[in-house]
Amino acid sequence: MMSFRQFAKHLVILVGLTALPVMSNAGDLGPVPPKAKAKASEKTECVEPVPVMRKDHMEFLKHKRDLTLREGVRTKEHSLAECIACHVTPNDKGEYARFGEDEHFCSSCHNYAAVNVDCFDCHSDLPENGAKKLRSSNKTNPHKNILTEGGK
Amino acid sequence: MSISENKVDKNHANTYRRKFLTQSVAVAGLTIAPGIVLNQVAHAKADADKVTNATRWGILVDTNKCNKGCTDCVTACKTENAWGAVDGSPSSETLSSKEQQAQWIRKVTITDKQTGHVQSLPLFCQHCETAPCVDVCPTGASMKREDGIVLVDKHICIGCRYCMMACPYKARSFIHEKLELQKTTAPRGIGTVESCTMCAHRVDKDQDPACVEACSKAKHGALLFGDMKDANSAISEELKKHGGEQIRADLGLNTGVRYQGL
Repeated sequence: MMSFRQFAKHLVILVGLTALPVMSNAGDLGPVPPKAKAKASEKTECVEPVPVMRKDHMEFLKHKRDLTLREGVRTKEHSLAECIACHVTPNDKGEYARFGEDEHFCSSCHNYAAVNVDCFDCHSDLPENGAKKLRSSNKTNPHKNILTEGGK
Repeated sequence: MSISENKVDKNHANTYRRKFLTQSVAVAGLTIAPGIVLNQVAHAKADADKVTNATRWGILVDTNKCNKGCTDCVTACKTENAWGAVDGSPSSETLSSKEQQAQWIRKVTITDKQTGHVQSLPLFCQHCETAPCVDVCPTGASMKREDGIVLVDKHICIGCRYCMMACPYKARSFIHEKLELQKTTAPRGIGTVESCTMCAHRVDKDQDPACVEACSKAKHGALLFGDMKDANSAISEELKKHGGEQIRADLGLNTGVRYQGL
């Protein structure tokens, strides 16, 4: 039989070992997406609950793109343009981050998860008035310019 | 017990009748209202509505009114859809040669060698009813909307360029390079084919295509946009009165773009 003292010692070691990987990652808080505009803040929900959007946003976009392009449905719900209009917000200076920068809503997660998307090969990554006020920094996603650099 | 049940039933029946009457009055009111609205606005489409084949959008070009030096329609298209170089600013396609760069609409000058008569006209996607580009597309990316607008679904376009070969009007372009700062309403990018969209995003909001708007703003009035299936629309009345030719009518494509004075 193990004495209580022995058991407690083993327990401390076990807990310590389990906590190791967690503690080593303590500095990494995961992606920090910028806040959306007021209409989808903590008070107002996005078009779907947040966990659903995190998991299935691509399915909504895929469904909506066919409805819009092929059938001319122009509602705002689930449209990429409206995601961008609400979620891509300027910083304190009123400048917008581009897709590929960690401060851009989409790439804040996509950079973290190393998932490359080609939405912004064609689509605008800025709200309609955002094109004139860009951030000066150039921290681009390493995946973003593969095609141009390869072609040059 | 049975009496009270009857009472309840009777009351229920009364409320039912009352509801039925008020609702049917409301419905009657509603059916009158849309009829009036429809008569007032020619082609109002709600955002949630799908396009139907009850309309067929078309453009009528009067070549006699088209000014030879004028390129307002081309500039308006470039500005609206963010392609090509506008007012001396560089094109967004910096690595492509001039022949490779996108061209959604272009001005063409035709000279009759016998008489020396020179004509100028805009040439763009003719939005054929039986479009060769749609026929040849291996993925279904080249498609025609129910209302007759021919588009490229760039989500599934593989950039094979068969449609460019098939088009008798040389209306389509291929994007060879990575583009930046596209318009929200006009997504376009590397590896896909594109052409005039008849400004579908504007048409769905009951606006005229950008080229047509620019032409009437410049007071040329050479371009007329409208529903060719609506007998009372300006374009239908004009076509009925003076007719309109198709370019390469021999191909039997039933184009959505018609020309007068060719």
